[in-house]
Amino acid sequence: MGILEVKGVNKRFGGLQALGDVNLSVAENSVHAIIGPNGAGKSTLLNCLVGKLIPDTGSVMFEGQSVLGRSPHEINQMGISRVFQTPEIFTDLSVLENMMIPCFAKRDGAFRMHAIESVAAEKEIIDKAMHMLDDVNMADKKDMHAGAMSRGDKRRLEIAMCLAQEPRLLLLDEPTAGMARADTNNTIDLLKRIKDERDITIAIIEHDMHVVFSLAERITVLAQGSPLVEDTPENIKGHPKVREAYLGETAVAA
Amino acid sequence: MLGLDKKDTSLLLLVVVLTMAAPFLLNPFPEGSGMAQFNAGYPDLMQRFVIFGIFAIGFNILFGLTGYLSFGHAAFLGVGSYAAMWMFKLFGMNVLPALFLAVVLSGLFAMLIGYISLRRSGIYFSILTLAFAMMSYALAYSVLATDMDGPDQQGLLQKGLTGGETGLQLTLTDPRIFGEASTEDGNIPVPNLFGIEMRAATDLEIGNWVFTFSAGYYFAAVVMLISFYLSIRIFRSPFGMMLRAIKSNQQRLNYTGLNPKPYMLAAFVISGMYAGLAGGLMAAMDPLAGPERMFWTASGEVVLMTILGGVGTLIGPVLGAGAIKYMENILSKINSDILHSWFAFLPDGLEDFVVALIYPFIGKGWHLTLGIIFMLVVIFLPGGLVEGGQRIKRLFGRGKSAEDANKPGKATTPAE
Repeated sequence: MGILEVKGVNKRFGGLQALGDVNLSVAENSVHAIIGPNGAGKSTLLNCLVGKLIPDTGSVMFEGQSVLGRSPHEINQMGISRVFQTPEIFTDLSVLENMMIPCFAKRDGAFRMHAIESVAAEKEIIDKAMHMLDDVNMADKKDMHAGAMSRGDKRRLEIAMCLAQEPRLLLLDEPTAGMARADTNNTIDLLKRIKDERDITIAIIEHDMHVVFSLAERITVLAQGSPLVEDTPENIKGHPKVREAYLGETAVAA
Repeated sequence: MLGLDKKDTSLLLLVVVLTMAAPFLLNPFPEGSGMAQFNAGYPDLMQRFVIFGIFAIGFNILFGLTGYLSFGHAAFLGVGSYAAMWMFKLFGMNVLPALFLAVVLSGLFAMLIGYISLRRSGIYFSILTLAFAMMSYALAYSVLATDMDGPDQQGLLQKGLTGGETGLQLTLTDPRIFGEASTEDGNIPVPNLFGIEMRAATDLEIGNWVFTFSAGYYFAAVVMLISFYLSIRIFRSPFGMMLRAIKSNQQRLNYTGLNPKPYMLAAFVISGMYAGLAGGLMAAMDPLAGPERMFWTASGEVVLMTILGGVGTLIGPVLGAGAIKYMENILSKINSDILHSWFAFLPDGLEDFVVALIYPFIGKGWHLTLGIIFMLVVIFLPGGLVEGGQRIKRLFGRGKSAEDANKPGKATTPAE
């Protein structure tokens, strides 16, 4: 029984069957990659996991509890954090403030009316946020305007923000899309370190095979809205059906 | 001091000094001189400065922090005024209970309107708030102004809850159960704070200058200072940070386990309460409440004030409110005779020409001047008058402040 169990999920947009009978089990403390060609339904599946979309049929269970029908912030408070394809951070706030918000969310829950207390007096939150920034080597950038940072830095900040909530499951949607090679490698190293240091499960959607094969322990291949194969990276690499559906020339080149 | 850091404390002290010394500062020209008409140190206008200051400070908590542009905040101003008037009519002329009811009622009203309007964002939110405010206006203007006493009675509700077009007024027959229905000489009593009448004023003559100190102004100014202090606390609180996060990226907030809805509603209610407080103070200064206070132009005015002063800055809305009320009251008083006397030194033909050129922008045309200034500010100073002030400061202390401006993080704390 995995930490995340997806059973018989269907999702239809008008005439398009985006997801057809998807079954997926993500084992606890593993790194599970979901790959597939464009339009395979990877993002739709992810959106069904975090409450952005509700599947037409099927069930999504996280640690034995259904996530269906819950709003994104409730699902997040259950222990699922999501990293977006384009980094979603609070661009108008400072880096430290960005880091403090998930710390508040972890401590105070979805809403707390603390309108008269001073942010500067929240020593424990500031310490935790600084610690998290230190962990991703961003402590020196704490007063910087978050929107002014490079894409790689924004990504690192976003991942650190998700980790500050101590999630049980971290979902990553193409975390290295549009990144330079050096930034991609940094992100891979960061994710590896997170996995080694923490009691955390990671599910990752990725196009970049270099990233997938550096990180994943299990790989599910989606094609046309349905899982094609699920196996270890070694077996996926050589799988003829996968080559045919997705990897094609790239696999040979890699 | 008071839980504020050094910068905020000095800002608060500056505002304290400015408001307390306003009767002097706003009366720089001696009585009888040609410039005396630019004096703004008379109680009526000073009261308007601080009351609209409160209105704009509250509006800025919603618009400045969350970016949600309400186009119906005048509804809460009106509710506050009517609430205060009913308190005066039913219970007595002390202003404190009147302001209390004004704040509570406008808060409840804001909760209702906010709950519905906040289901949408952006332009749809603005339109919803506008629609609610215009419905409130229509209610106050006619629906709630029908005779609720019965046709042959001359009671309290003879003109309904709001008094309709003429507005809600005090009468000698009001019960005022904790106060007096009429004064000894048979007049309607005046709003007071434990006996200090709001319209009481003393004049101080120094040389040619006449400075007026009005009890009403100082009361309103103290209320404004408290409101301003609270708004600083809100800006610097975790709650304020969440509101800025909503403006910056609501999606990320959602996926960070925070529910934006109650935060938004709380901000909406707080700013509605500020508006109600301002409306209650208006009634306390001049016991009369009319439906025009809820009209959409009044809602638009507070938007202009906030943008003109500087959205999201602490002091901006107060400056904007002051600037607009000053222009409204001073520019509109200038007429062509005054213009002619100013330009009398020019040759006749040229004098007429210059006067004809300026004339459309003064008197009733002051809105034209306001429009031009507003345009210039939005185009050249998107940060409002506050940004203008900062630029001037930078110009003079180039070395030091340029260094400050380059320091990262400056942009992240809302400038005052």
